[in-house]
Amino acid sequence: MGFCQPAGQERHYVVDAAQDTPGYNLVTIGEHKINIRPAVKDDLANVVDLDDRTTGLRKPDYWDDLFTRYGNRKDSRFFLIAEEGDTLLGCIFGEVRSWEFNSVPCGWVGTVSVEPNLRMGGIGSILYKEICRCFRKAGVTKIRTMIPRDATDLMSFFRAQGMMAGPFIQLETDMDEGV
Amino acid sequence: MMSLQKATLFALYAVLELAEDTDRQLSASEIAERYNISTNHLAKVLRDLGRAGLVESVRGAGGGYRFCGNAKRTTLLDVVRLFEEVGAGPTSGIVQETNAGAALSLVMDEIEEITHATLLSISIETMLKLMRKRRPEKPSSTGLFRAV
Repeated sequence: MGFCQPAGQERHYVVDAAQDTPGYNLVTIGEHKINIRPAVKDDLANVVDLDDRTTGLRKPDYWDDLFTRYGNRKDSRFFLIAEEGDTLLGCIFGEVRSWEFNSVPCGWVGTVSVEPNLRMGGIGSILYKEICRCFRKAGVTKIRTMIPRDATDLMSFFRAQGMMAGPFIQLETDMDEGV
Repeated sequence: MMSLQKATLFALYAVLELAEDTDRQLSASEIAERYNISTNHLAKVLRDLGRAGLVESVRGAGGGYRFCGNAKRTTLLDVVRLFEEVGAGPTSGIVQETNAGAALSLVMDEIEEITHATLLSISIETMLKLMRKRRPEKPSSTGLFRAV
């Protein structure tokens, strides 16, 4: 599809200002018209396929459960997809969590996934911006995520959106036998 | 706080300064003056950056150095690694055969891994965004990194 831009060239976005409802947007990248909208049940098969291509793991039950929990809650949980025509290009989901770990309400991004051969083309960024609009409408001003330390591309993506290490550190351990 | 060697810090200053405007050429002395650092030392660092393909020298009147790397794909780790090894620091002097040494190594390894992941995930372009968001009035050695 040719989303990847040559080094040093800025990509120009044209946003359809008429679509000002958070969760919905029509963004033009080059000659591509990318539609952003909340996911619907019929998107699940394509999302499962995208996740399979991205992670190498097929998890239909996980996505079905996620859609049930996130797909129909417009107030605090958001599951958005990016598509061109009928082709799914990427998806993102997140939710507002309040007082977890004694934190003031903030938006958590669960994951962002983009068709592997279209990365670095701006699709992840427009999904991220759109979910930020959803979070803002939900009343939060801070956005958070958690990334595996070795997921370099994903971490670079969130860094490029301006994210820095936050005030929390994730700790874990293997439980000893009998504990 | 992570401690960077002087050459590494100078290289980061130069790369970020030049990458901020890729059409602009700056001499070693202009950059050195801006950061109050040794011109001779910086000139050597710029030659190393040139060999790595991150900067190129432009001859003639108004000549100097300009950034010629890919700001989106070049990470802080790429620059740091040109001048020092990352991940071979704190644990190198620890006696790992002892219980205390082994436990201490676990902790220091954790710090090293976080440092590595952080430097690897931040591109020059991301740094430029940070710089545009927050411009200190005068660069100082107590900024992002401390030189040793």
